[in-house]
Amino acid sequence: MADVAAVEVAPTPTTARPTRWQVLRRRLRGCWQLYVLALPAIVFFLIFNYVPMYGVQIAFKDFVASRGIWGSRWVGFDHFERFFNSFYFWRLLVNTLVLSLYQLVLFPLPIILALSLNEVKNRFFKRFAQTLTYAPHFVSLVVVVSMLFAFLDPRVGLANHVAGWFGVGPIQFMQEAGWFRHLYTWSGVWQNLGWSTIIYLAALAGVNPELHQAAEVDGAGRLRRIMHVNIPAIMPTVVVLFILDFGSFMSVGFEKVLLMNNSLNSSTSDVIQTFVYQAGLLQGQYSYAAAVGLFDSVINIAMLVLVNQLARKFSENSLW
Amino acid sequence: MSTELTAPGRSPHDDESATTHRVVRSRSDRRFDLVNAIFLVVVCIIIGYPLWFVAVASISDPAAVESGQVWLWPVDLTLDGYRRVFDEPAIWTGYRNTIVYTVIGVLIHLAIVLPCAYALSRKELVGRTAVTWYILFTMLFNGGLIPTYLVVKNLGLLDTLWAVVLPGAAGAWSILVGRAFFVQTVPDELAESAKVDGASDFQIFFRVAIPLSAPIIATLALFHGVGLWNEYFKALIYLSDREKYTLQLILRELLIVSQDPTQGGGGDAGSADSIAEQLRLASLIKYAVMIVASLPLLVIYPFLQRFFTKGVLIGSVKG
Repeated sequence: MADVAAVEVAPTPTTARPTRWQVLRRRLRGCWQLYVLALPAIVFFLIFNYVPMYGVQIAFKDFVASRGIWGSRWVGFDHFERFFNSFYFWRLLVNTLVLSLYQLVLFPLPIILALSLNEVKNRFFKRFAQTLTYAPHFVSLVVVVSMLFAFLDPRVGLANHVAGWFGVGPIQFMQEAGWFRHLYTWSGVWQNLGWSTIIYLAALAGVNPELHQAAEVDGAGRLRRIMHVNIPAIMPTVVVLFILDFGSFMSVGFEKVLLMNNSLNSSTSDVIQTFVYQAGLLQGQYSYAAAVGLFDSVINIAMLVLVNQLARKFSENSLW
Repeated sequence: MSTELTAPGRSPHDDESATTHRVVRSRSDRRFDLVNAIFLVVVCIIIGYPLWFVAVASISDPAAVESGQVWLWPVDLTLDGYRRVFDEPAIWTGYRNTIVYTVIGVLIHLAIVLPCAYALSRKELVGRTAVTWYILFTMLFNGGLIPTYLVVKNLGLLDTLWAVVLPGAAGAWSILVGRAFFVQTVPDELAESAKVDGASDFQIFFRVAIPLSAPIIATLALFHGVGLWNEYFKALIYLSDREKYTLQLILRELLIVSQDPTQGGGGDAGSADSIAEQLRLASLIKYAVMIVASLPLLVIYPFLQRFFTKGVLIGSVKG
């Protein structure tokens, strides 16, 4: 940071010259052991993060395994054009955006739960409610989707037994395209609602009690104090988390989508990332899939920057 | 910070204003508390019921579950499901593999993250800003699925334990969390006085920093361990030998792919015969196997909750 630069400039040029370079060398010698400690991580990120970034260039090439990444032929934006012109482009884009928007609309749910938990005075009940609502976070995606299959089975599932009471015929929940978005999103709410309250609860714990006392003297009831004291107090946290959510706008939890995806509901459940997996790893079109994946992450970064700009403009809170 | 995030102290009953005012207020206060409690109970029921149902169904007769007789309590109590789960060699293998991968993965994670986090917490590290940015940048951009897959493939890691354990073994988030911890626990004065006593950076790290870092080791190990335990995608794309499959991958085959022969997710569910066989088996053991796969984490985490919440909080401050 700044202090490093300051120290480096410190030896004044007038005194008999230990040059900048010599100073740097001496200081490097002083901390070589720290570099040894950092080395595994530096090498790790090089191999598993920076080499793949270098490998992204296959999105602009016709990757042939025998020629390697470097030796393959450049094709410019051909793969991107092919993707934009394909008949499934709009379907993938719309499905991805709709899923993201659906989740974004439900953004206030954990805030409401946190505000409500924060009002509980009985510590035992509060602790119990927290532990219970956090639990689904620890259940794996495979088990969550298995539960969906088990509960929603058209023949033996719980949901269809209930539907049967009302004379509604067995519904093929997991096979009908119309159900996919709701099932995906609400099972996600079930899984992460409690867990997402942790940060808000911490922010609420930091609210100055004097504000509450003052509001109370002014005759504000509990609800009004929540509206006018608690919510403004956690707004910075809300804004930052909202921006972060936008950063992954296009990368819907595709590992779960993949588990729920099948040929019958694919008209709503095919998203960009599942397409990358199918085209790239199942069909071996590495270059094409890499291009589609790159398109996805470029939009993610653009979204993050855009929303951060907006947040900076309209409120004082932003990531950077 | 622990989970006992107590509500900011407020005392509605101690002002000296008119008694009527106070009565009105405390009555509306009580009404609020009641509504709030009802709301939370409803949320708890909605979130808890599916888990409860799975537990109850796992010890009920499958026929009773399928005909819809099981609601709240077990019907025709039986442990048959569990017996069959433990008779299934694939599940045993998967379980063993998952435990091995999780333990090895966590050890690698700690071996990479802790030393680097410590180094980054020291002011005298020349070029600290550059190294930090080198790591932070990976949060913003990554090569994506295909280039990462090609790296794993070119390293010859396909179909080995390392393909599951190495990609993602360290992340910028963990390193930032660790660094924040060391900045606090091993302040510069402590490190400097150790240096004056002739200790090298290695010695300070191993003799001073590590013995103090039980909480951060627990937090990092738990987060990473839970992730590895529940991971299925890496195993799906990198492993092909069934003997190396993880528990989640076995579950996926048994409970999801078999439910749905049209599943487009790849994998090899096998012939129609084996699908029918899997379907039959799945209907008998599905609830028991869900419990067997999830119980370890569900039982452990309430006791370790404070480490998890701490991780979320440090991470959010730094993120």
